[in-house]
Amino acid sequence: MSPSAAEAIFPEHHYLNAGTTARSWLLTTDHKRIGLMYMIAVLVSLLLGGIFALLLRFEHLTPGPTYIDAITYNRLFTLHGVIMVWFFLIPSIPSIFGNFFIPIMVGAKDVAFPRLNLASFYIYMFGAAFTLWGMIHGGADTGWTFYTPYSTTTTTVVIPILLGIFILGFSTILTGINFIVTIHTMRGPGLTWMRLPLFVWAIYGTSIIQVLATPVLGLTLLLIAVEHAFGFGLFDPARGGDPILFQHLFWFYSHPAVYIMILPAMGVISETVSAAARKNIFGYRAVAYSSLGIAFVGFFTWGHHMFVAGQSVFDAGAFGVLSMFVGIFTSIKVFTWVGTLYRGAIRFTTPFAYICGFLYFLVFGGMTGIAVATVSLDVHWHDTYFVVAHFHFIMVGAALMGFLAALHYWFPKMFGRLYHEGWGLVAATLIILGFNATFIPQFLLGNMGMPRRYYNYPERFQTLHVASTAGSTLLFFGFVIIFIYLALALKYGRVAGRNPWGSRGFEWDTPSPPPTHNFEQLPVFTHGPHEYQEVPEVSRVA
Amino acid sequence: MLPESHVAEHFANIQVQRQAARLGMWTFLATEILLFGGLFAAYAEYRSLFHEAFLLGARHLDAIMAAVETVVLITGSFAVVMALHYAKSSRAGMARLCLLAAAATGFVFLALHGVEYFHHFKEGALPGKYYSFAELRVTGISLFFALYFLMTGLHSLHVLVGAGVLVWLARRALSGQFSGQHYHPVELGGLYWHLVDLIWIFLFPLLYLV
Repeated sequence: MSPSAAEAIFPEHHYLNAGTTARSWLLTTDHKRIGLMYMIAVLVSLLLGGIFALLLRFEHLTPGPTYIDAITYNRLFTLHGVIMVWFFLIPSIPSIFGNFFIPIMVGAKDVAFPRLNLASFYIYMFGAAFTLWGMIHGGADTGWTFYTPYSTTTTTVVIPILLGIFILGFSTILTGINFIVTIHTMRGPGLTWMRLPLFVWAIYGTSIIQVLATPVLGLTLLLIAVEHAFGFGLFDPARGGDPILFQHLFWFYSHPAVYIMILPAMGVISETVSAAARKNIFGYRAVAYSSLGIAFVGFFTWGHHMFVAGQSVFDAGAFGVLSMFVGIFTSIKVFTWVGTLYRGAIRFTTPFAYICGFLYFLVFGGMTGIAVATVSLDVHWHDTYFVVAHFHFIMVGAALMGFLAALHYWFPKMFGRLYHEGWGLVAATLIILGFNATFIPQFLLGNMGMPRRYYNYPERFQTLHVASTAGSTLLFFGFVIIFIYLALALKYGRVAGRNPWGSRGFEWDTPSPPPTHNFEQLPVFTHGPHEYQEVPEVSRVA
Repeated sequence: MLPESHVAEHFANIQVQRQAARLGMWTFLATEILLFGGLFAAYAEYRSLFHEAFLLGARHLDAIMAAVETVVLITGSFAVVMALHYAKSSRAGMARLCLLAAAATGFVFLALHGVEYFHHFKEGALPGKYYSFAELRVTGISLFFALYFLMTGLHSLHVLVGAGVLVWLARRALSGQFSGQHYHPVELGGLYWHLVDLIWIFLFPLLYLV
């Protein structure tokens, strides 16, 4: 099934050269072009958030002031969080790869509402512009969580940043609605729910969370802005208001938001793991339904952020147990992926390196998640670097692995060219090692009592802080290498051809890069997306 | 058969397009309910914390006025249903009339609410630090009015948007764009209007009656 070199042709007409004017890009309703525009915006956000992270790490090279003052430090970690959460992690996989591949995978020419899709991109940019404006005018120092009463009284520029995220929320909602409707109504002939690629299932679960949770965040941020501007006293204890209510509302969104980040990554892994092992996915239904399971249970775990915030012991216990259900669904997925790899004909390519990284970060991050969901343990670890390291492992490490796996797996499809495999593996190694070197010291620091978001620290923590900073530098260089070889591949890469991985996924049946309306002729689906075993054709009479 | 122009290129046929539009609208309505959900949660908490203040606050609000507003909104919903009926039977003039009538009920509602707001501004029954109404001094009363203004304010914003949508539909109805084959824009606009109505049906008893 592996394509020979003779087959690798670069199509003459495709979506990239369908129009070359700026207008043909800026006003496009082609989901693939919108996906690419998102890619540029999201990668710029990643760069910006990454630079802020590096600045923070370098500040921690020595105890006390190193080169920035405390208020700048506070602003930097706020902006790092805001940018990475809302402008990188949440839109990353759905808005880029979801936009690009969902219609192709379901056999449609476009998403259900192409103009809304374009609108959602501009809403994203508008929200980003607002936030950027707020950053330039000083930025906020509240942390990305905007806890009251501090966020309603701080003198830093918090309102434009809140409004920026509020506006961004509409973009998330519109994208979610678009995907839900596309998956429900636009599946091609023969494509039953049980034949949907698992990436589509994962995006479906994600969209449900996006649609149901984001409005609550929007309202909550609006209330903070109103509080800050007018002082209605809704979260102000002096007027009878309850700051804990804010935390409830905030985490009702922000905990499910973690699954907005990780579910698409899980979908990517389900796709790539089957292609890398050249085997049927093990337990298709289990993977598909566990995506919905995570989406559902994710809505009932928010209280685990508030174990020490004054909620009752009973509530804390209930939220602790509910949180562990997420672990069950996640481990179902982990076992099915490992089961898929078992006895597979694995080729150690760059996407496979990221699959390995993903499994490691997911299991390690997930296990520490079970640990912090245990109330008695969390009391010790709450608001320390342990929690920071835990959530970076799971929602950054694992989500990033999914993102990079998707980028490397689908790059040949999106641009029609192959990147340098050797450099791909080097960069993957650097990133996985760098990430560990950054955050394993932080697990240790947190366990020793280093609180998160502190500008200063006692001298005995310095070694671990320096180790963490060194790790983050390694991580950064990994990204630089990726950027270089991918940029080179765009022009000089070998022509990929239709299906360089020999994958059975539907998106590989169309040319690379795909034509404007995705297909030479609309597909009819006769098999599942991960079926590598040829069906014995006993029933066919010659 | 339908004129080609109604079916967008990427849809297989009009049924798929209609189903997509309907599902999209229902999903959007779900987000609207969640948007208000946060405020309802806040209401539930503060009502249980400041039971007395919420009772006194509700008694102070003008329930008769709110009842009139309720009737106005429900009339609007009826007009929207009739508009859909006329759009389906290709009677453009009547469809337009009903849509405009429904939009008008929205504006009447806003005007009546404006009168209420004006009244509260004058007596100083305002949220948070602006509260200065001398006759009603009880812990938590400013929170009641904060929620009152936030909830009805957000709802009024929706009424404004909904009425705008209805006016836009009325303009399209007049140019004869709707028929027995092509009426789903009216249906979708109507769905949104019903939701706006429905939210008020919950706000009215919670704020004015109980």
